[in-house]
Amino acid sequence: MTVLSVSHLSKRYANYASNLERFAGWFGAPVQPTEEFWPVRDISFSLSAGEALGLIGQNGAGKSTLLKLITGTVRPTEGTAHVGGRISAILELGLGFNPEFTGRQNAYHAGGLMGFSQARLSELMPHIEDFAEIGEFFDQPLRTYSSGMHARLAFALATAERPEVLIVDEVLSVGDSYFQHKSFDRIRSFRAAGTSIILVTHSVGDVRALCDRVILLDKGHVLKDGPPDEVVDYYNALIATKENEKLTVEQRREKDQWLYSRSGSKVAAVESVALTDSDSGAQIKTALSGQSMTIRTRIVAKEDIAELVIGFMLRDRAGHVVWGTNTWHTDQVLSNLKAGDEVECRLRLTCALGQGSYGLSVALHTGDVHIDSNFDWIENVEVFDVINSGQPFFIGTSRLEHAFEIVR
Amino acid sequence: MFRSLWQYRHFIISSIRGDLKGRFVRSRLGGLWFILHPLAQALIFSIVLSEVLKARLPDTDSPAAYPIYLLSGMAAWTLFSEILTRSMTVFIEQAPVMKKIVFPRLCLPIIVGGTALINHLLLLCALFIIFFFLGHLPGRTLILLPIGIVLIAAIGFGLGVILGVMNVFIRDIAQVMTIVLQLWYWLTPIVYPANVLPEKYAFVLNLNPIVPLVALYQDALLFNRWPSPESLIVPAAMGLVSMAFAIVFFRRASPELIDVL
Repeated sequence: MTVLSVSHLSKRYANYASNLERFAGWFGAPVQPTEEFWPVRDISFSLSAGEALGLIGQNGAGKSTLLKLITGTVRPTEGTAHVGGRISAILELGLGFNPEFTGRQNAYHAGGLMGFSQARLSELMPHIEDFAEIGEFFDQPLRTYSSGMHARLAFALATAERPEVLIVDEVLSVGDSYFQHKSFDRIRSFRAAGTSIILVTHSVGDVRALCDRVILLDKGHVLKDGPPDEVVDYYNALIATKENEKLTVEQRREKDQWLYSRSGSKVAAVESVALTDSDSGAQIKTALSGQSMTIRTRIVAKEDIAELVIGFMLRDRAGHVVWGTNTWHTDQVLSNLKAGDEVECRLRLTCALGQGSYGLSVALHTGDVHIDSNFDWIENVEVFDVINSGQPFFIGTSRLEHAFEIVR
Repeated sequence: MFRSLWQYRHFIISSIRGDLKGRFVRSRLGGLWFILHPLAQALIFSIVLSEVLKARLPDTDSPAAYPIYLLSGMAAWTLFSEILTRSMTVFIEQAPVMKKIVFPRLCLPIIVGGTALINHLLLLCALFIIFFFLGHLPGRTLILLPIGIVLIAAIGFGLGVILGVMNVFIRDIAQVMTIVLQLWYWLTPIVYPANVLPEKYAFVLNLNPIVPLVALYQDALLFNRWPSPESLIVPAAMGLVSMAFAIVFFRRASPELIDVL
C-alpha cells in the first residue's frame, strides 16, 4: 500500500528585477523572474507502508527543501506530494517551546501548534510524561531543563501519536545514549505498525542500520535510488570523485549480495589482495575465530607519488564498520615513490571476529582519510567467512578476551 | 481559513499567555510595572511640559488635566504602535517555526494583536487607578472607548500585516517605519493639544486617520465629550480596507513568504 507518492516535484526560487514586480506578480501581473534556482527538480518516488527510506546527499543537494515540500511548509512550483494520512516531521526538536512554561504546559502549547486538539493532548499527556522520563521536572519551567531533558520532552511530544509518515531530520543524535536507544526503538515500533519513515542523515551508519532503501540526491535530482549498501558506497565514491576529476566509479554485485565497488585516479593501483594464514602462508577463504592471518597486498605506482597511505577496513554483513585503520595513523607513510615502483604490504592481524561473513576494503590515498586524492579504493575486495570451532560459543562480531570468575 | 484559525484557538491563547508571562514573570515588581511605566512617563512629560513650558490646556484649568490628556493620547498611540511594529517583524522572528511546522500562519499576527489588546486593557486599568489618585473619574462617554480600541487595532493589524509581508522581502521597511512612526507620533496631537497647531498645518491632522481615534480617547477619558460621528468615518473605512487588503495580500504572498525567510 502506498502512503506517500511524490510525482514530478519541483521547487523554484525566483528573483525579480525588483520586489515591486514580485508583489505585482501575486495579483496577476505578467512578470518574468530575472533569476531562478531549482533546489528540487522533477523528483518522483513512492513509499509504501512500513518502508524506511534514507535520504542522503551533500549540502545543497535539496534534501531539506524536499522534506519541506513533503511536509507542506513549502509549496511546490510543479508536481505533487500526496500523503495518505497524518504526516509528522521532526525537523527540529522543541520548536515553539516557551521557556517560561512548564513541561506539561509546553506539551499542550507546542502540541496545539502541531495541530492536536486539547482533548487529544489530554489523552496523550500520560504517555508523553511517561516516555520523557523527566520526573518532577515535567511540572517545572522549561528554562530549568538541561538540554537532554529538553530533547526528551520534545521527542516524546513529537512522537506522541503514530503518524502514517514520519520524517526525521538528523535530530536523533541528541540526548544520552539511553534515550537515543529508546528513540530508535520507538521509531522501529512505529515502523513495525506500518509507519513509513524518511530519515535524513549524514551518518551513513544510521542509513545502513535503519533503512531498506536509500535515495541519493544531487543538485535537486535523484542520482540513485536503491538498496542502502549500493547507494551509500556510490555516494562515498562520489564524494571522493568530486575531489579529483580523473576518478572513475565502478560497481558490481558479487555473489551473496556483497557489493564490489572501485573508484580512484589509479595513480597508484592495487594489483592483488590475498588473505593468507600467517603460519603456512596458504591463501584462505574461511578464517577461524582467533586465527592469525596476513593480508598481502601488491601495489604499483603508475606515476611519481610524494606520499602514499594504505588503509584497510572490515565490515560486517549489515555494513557496519568492524575495524579499520591506515598507515598514516601508524606513522608508516610511504614517500617519494617513482613511477613503476612496486610495493608489497603485509598486514598481520589476529582474526578477533565472531561468526559471520565479513568484507575487506582497501584504499590508497594521501593524508589521513581517503577523501583527499583517492588513488584507488576498493570496497569489499575480499569477502570471507569466519567460523568459531573449538572455542566456546559467543555472539557478536567482536571476540573480546574474557574469563568468567564465579564465586558461590 | 477562519475555521482553521478556530482550530488553533488554544495555541493562540496559550501563546498570548506565554508572551505576557515572559514579560513579567522574572521581574521583581511584576505587574506593578503596568502602573509604574505610564506613571513615570506622565510625570516626566508633565514636569517638562506643563511646569517648565507652562503649557495649559485651553478648555480646563485643573492642574491634573494635562497629565490625563497626555496619558489618554499615549494609551491610544501605544496600542497602535505596538500592534503595528510587532506585526511588522513577527514573520521574521518566527521564521524557524514557519519553515518547519505546518499551521495557519495568520495565527502569528493574531497572537501579536491579542497580546497588545490584553496589555492595553491592563494599561487602561492602571490609568484608572492613576486618574483616581489625581481626583478625576471619566464620565459616561467612556462607553465609546471600545469603538476606539477596535478601530485602532484594525488599522494597526491591517497595516502591520501588509508591511510585515513586505518586510520579509525588503528588510529596510521595518527600519524606515521606526522613523516614520516617530514622525507620525509628533504629527498626532498627543503631547500637545490640536489647537496649538498653526492654521496652515491643520490639513496634516485631517489626513491622519489616527487623530480622530486619539481624540476619541481624550474625549472619553478627560473631556467627557461625545465625538462627532463623521470624524470616525475615515478611521472606520481605513480599518476595514486595511484589514481586508491585508488578508488578501497575505494569502497571495503566502507561497513565496517561506521561500525567502
